[in-house]
Amino acid sequence: MALNNLPHKLAITGLSVSLLASPFALAETAEEKGRSIMEEFERRDTGWRDMQAGMQMILRNAQSQESIREIRMKSLEQENDGDKSLTIFDQPRDVKGTAFLSFSHIDRADDQWLYLPALGRVKRISSRNKSGPFMGSEFSYEDMGSFEIDKYTYKFIGEEPCGDLTCYVVENYPVEKTSGYKRRISWVDTNEYRMQKLDFYDRKNSLLKTLNFVNYQQYIGQYWRADRMEMTNHQNGKSTTLAWKGYRFQEGLNERDFNKNALKRAR
Amino acid sequence: MATQRSERNIRKISPAQWLASVLFSTLAVPVQAEVEFSGKVDLEARIFTEDALRSNQKDSNLSILFEPQWVWTSDNQQHLVQFKPMLRLDQHDDERTHGDIREAYWIYVKDNWEVRTGLKKEFWGVTEFQHLVDVINQTDLVENISGEEKLGQPMINLSVAADSGIWDFYILPGFRERTFSDPEGRLSLPIEVSNSARFESSAKERHTDLAIRWSQNYDWLDLTASVFHGTNREPELQMVQRNNGDLQLVPYYEQMTQWGTTAQAIWLDWLFKLEAIHRKTDRNKFSALHTGFEYTMYGIADSDIDLGLIMEYGWDERGEKASSVMQNDLFGGLRFAFNDEEGTEILAGLGHDMDFSSQSFSIEASRRLNNYWKISGEVRFFESDNPKDSLYTMRKDDYLQLTLSRYF
Repeated sequence: MALNNLPHKLAITGLSVSLLASPFALAETAEEKGRSIMEEFERRDTGWRDMQAGMQMILRNAQSQESIREIRMKSLEQENDGDKSLTIFDQPRDVKGTAFLSFSHIDRADDQWLYLPALGRVKRISSRNKSGPFMGSEFSYEDMGSFEIDKYTYKFIGEEPCGDLTCYVVENYPVEKTSGYKRRISWVDTNEYRMQKLDFYDRKNSLLKTLNFVNYQQYIGQYWRADRMEMTNHQNGKSTTLAWKGYRFQEGLNERDFNKNALKRAR
Repeated sequence: MATQRSERNIRKISPAQWLASVLFSTLAVPVQAEVEFSGKVDLEARIFTEDALRSNQKDSNLSILFEPQWVWTSDNQQHLVQFKPMLRLDQHDDERTHGDIREAYWIYVKDNWEVRTGLKKEFWGVTEFQHLVDVINQTDLVENISGEEKLGQPMINLSVAADSGIWDFYILPGFRERTFSDPEGRLSLPIEVSNSARFESSAKERHTDLAIRWSQNYDWLDLTASVFHGTNREPELQMVQRNNGDLQLVPYYEQMTQWGTTAQAIWLDWLFKLEAIHRKTDRNKFSALHTGFEYTMYGIADSDIDLGLIMEYGWDERGEKASSVMQNDLFGGLRFAFNDEEGTEILAGLGHDMDFSSQSFSIEASRRLNNYWKISGEVRFFESDNPKDSLYTMRKDDYLQLTLSRYF
């Protein structure tokens, strides 16, 4: 579960963009170009090894009433597979101490376990359907999952301004039939390949949600993370903001921090 | 009388308290990180819908539960200390007015192993309606007849996470007796349960039990195997006539060796679950199993609501003589997860005993009011007309329960 795996870059930039893009530019189809942009987007966010962060989730209903959740997350990068992650809930208070362990996969359903502190119970949970809301928010479990290139097919739409930057606009079509979306449209800036905006279209192909990434920061001289992610649901008028804090990278977490014993110990 | 009983019940926790205080004083590790406080207070009201079997039983009951918790983790994450006592005050049931230390332990983590020392809760099961394999903790039956509430168990538990799976080794010094409601309380047995239990072992409640458990997960399959040797947590209640002529039930705790296994498999939207045991005591040996599935339908009727359909079956080789309630029983359940901001959930379950033709029906529902408050409801109905059935004593104890919880 790691929306924060999103964007990134290598230490040397600018140049690599034009070098990478130009050799293919002439012969590429829109599908190939879309995929190569997203491959670069993914490539720039690899090698971070492990990551920890805290997050406040602010839920707003159509009447602008707010409720708040607090979550801590740890992630471990995996080669040739989806990441492992451990999520610990601090608020609301009734779920404090509940923890969630997920091994995400590219080609099959994720393995997920939930630790319920009141019962001392580790519960395996079914993860095939991820279109449902995460913690009652406008983010679905699918939205919270890490980005993997083979989860979608792509189509390059064009370039357009996004704020002060220019963005590649790429359509993403989910491969999984259980996805809650017909398609997504992503805006990735041409400078640093950071996701700036995502539009989500429901199964009936009407615009469902928009996610905006606000205030990017660079960590350990390499990886970009947005301070805020703002999701607006156009159909029900609700919105959810994720406010991230305390990002830490490469602190030496390993597989042992992501097993059932670690899950039971998470506080 | 009432105050004497309450005092006695509170005194029951003293060995646990002693252990906790020893644990905390020996842990004079310099406190770098902050101790985190949390907890909850429950206000609980029960209304019984049928006239009680006994005239001294009441038709309603109020109760309050305090459950604070302190957690301390060292900066390097190698040490974790948790302390969680509980105290319940009950309007009518002096036995239900009781305190316990649910958790008071220290975990030391090193590389791929950890040692957990103190009073702790360990849950071993996978199924919903019965937990055959789960034998480490004693049931705190006065809390709820669901049997899900457990007393803290003193233990030293070495846990090793190896490539072959997680291996847990337990030394369990000391035994906790099961709690039973007073006959004046509801739900309760018609005869008082003695506080002087009998034991097969001459070491009585000081017998040291041993257990080993292996667990491993594969892509779509979680497996465990376990063995426990020591005092059976489930007593046999023996009827005894006292000098004054009154009848009394005396719990008898046998020694047992129990082999257990659990399996949980995921296939598409199906979860298949199995628990099986083989238990050997001096007088008896038998097998029992509990198995079933949960099938989840996501986003029913274009909403965010998930509906889980649960079917489970419990079988016990001893048949009608079984001490468990679920010797040949079929269960059906519906689980609604609303996936809303309030985390609304409803679990409805129907149990049918195919030997005694008795039935039990329950609904549990909960909903968050805000960050600090939560409301939950519980309904249980029992139908039994066979005195041999263990559900028979509860046949007039149908109840509705409302709980308001304040979290800290």
